[in-house]
Amino acid sequence: MSDGAFFPRDRSRHPPAYTPDYKTSVVRSPQKALISMPTTLSEETGPVFGHDMLGPLDNDLIQNFAKPGEMAIGQRLIVHGRVLDETGRGVPGVLLEFWQANAGGRYRHKKESYLAPLDDNFGGCGRTITDDQGGYRFRTIKPGAYPWPNRVNDWRPAHIHFSIFGSGFAQRLITQMYFEGDPLIWRCPIVGTIPDRDGIESLIAPLDTNNTIPMDARAYKFDIVLRGRRSTMFENRMEGN
Amino acid sequence: MQRLDPLKESPSQTAGPYVHIGCVPNFSGITGVYPADPGAQMVTKATQGERISVEGVVFDGTGTPLKDALIEIWQADAAGIYALRDPRGPGDPAFAGWGRKAADFETGLWRFDTIKPGAVPFPDGRMMAPHISFWIVARGINIGLQTRMYFPDEDNSADPWLTRIEHQNRVPTLIAEKTGDGAYRFDIHLQGPQETVFFDV
Ligand SMILES: [Fe+2]
Repeated sequence: MSDGAFFPRDRSRHPPAYTPDYKTSVVRSPQKALISMPTTLSEETGPVFGHDMLGPLDNDLIQNFAKPGEMAIGQRLIVHGRVLDETGRGVPGVLLEFWQANAGGRYRHKKESYLAPLDDNFGGCGRTITDDQGGYRFRTIKPGAYPWPNRVNDWRPAHIHFSIFGSGFAQRLITQMYFEGDPLIWRCPIVGTIPDRDGIESLIAPLDTNNTIPMDARAYKFDIVLRGRRSTMFENRMEGN
Repeated sequence: MQRLDPLKESPSQTAGPYVHIGCVPNFSGITGVYPADPGAQMVTKATQGERISVEGVVFDGTGTPLKDALIEIWQADAAGIYALRDPRGPGDPAFAGWGRKAADFETGLWRFDTIKPGAVPFPDGRMMAPHISFWIVARGINIGLQTRMYFPDEDNSADPWLTRIEHQNRVPTLIAEKTGDGAYRFDIHLQGPQETVFFDV
């Protein structure tokens, strides 16, 4: 098992803090250099979540906020994939949380004022824990695109927000999943904070017809990669390793 | 030639203004989906250690509080052991070590009720002074910010992490203020002369 130091984060893969086309980042971006440190136990350990925390509908956004016998409105989807690390190994037993707008592009949130209506049967949150191979799946509806205050006419492509825990706190990650073929992806200043095209492509989920459920729901596959970590086998470390 | 590690980390994207829906739905008014927001309660009667509170505000470069930030903390138990994955063996079974709080929508204030952590070793075996790891996300923050809080009433002078920081005049940004018995204040400044030290770790 790998439980040693994390590989250094390849910061060129991630958005820089200061991205003026995404205006909110301008006053929220640290201006001094990050101080580089080796990971210690404080970063190599992290919270563990048990399957017992999950309710039966936590991975079903179509049902988990709906009134009995009703369902959320929208295009029915299965989203599935694996959580891997940079070495290609699946990361089992990690908590994934996801949230999204409804089919009309409206979030259920008190700070949200878009004129598209709420769906009484859609809350917009879900969660699951990866299986032994790092696999996960959940059911939802396709979120709508929505306008947001940045430049006068910016629209977010359809997306699902993901929060991912790893085996150590240094792997903590929040990202977004986009949908194959959406023309708004390449116009979005938030997507555009990612420095290179390959990085953007890695957040675009392809339509997965093999896993589509006929006459019910289409599937999209979205793999997530977390930082890798070294084995401690030959490291000169504290006793007990 | 063979390839080294085949995959690259997924790029981060901002948590956005509606992070509450996914991470603290009950706080945001979405009730009935999860019984409680994860990380909301860190301490029970059975938890060992000195009860403390840690509160603060995250400020942007204009001095305005972030009212949409989400803060997570990770810390050792009172004996300096991390829950479950620490190779030095089982920690306090009544302490998970992880907390998550949203800033108040009106004031930006967040607060954790927890216990004071014990000291934890640096990889070379020297002890690090008691500290709490922080991870901060919000709209406008493109990748989660990593920092640490140390305690003003501990001896931090030989801490192997803090002493590695070149600009020692910035170290005070990592040390909380004691505001009462077991009460600490830890404000975080994203920019400006008091900019908090953030780490690439
Ligand atoms: Fe969003």
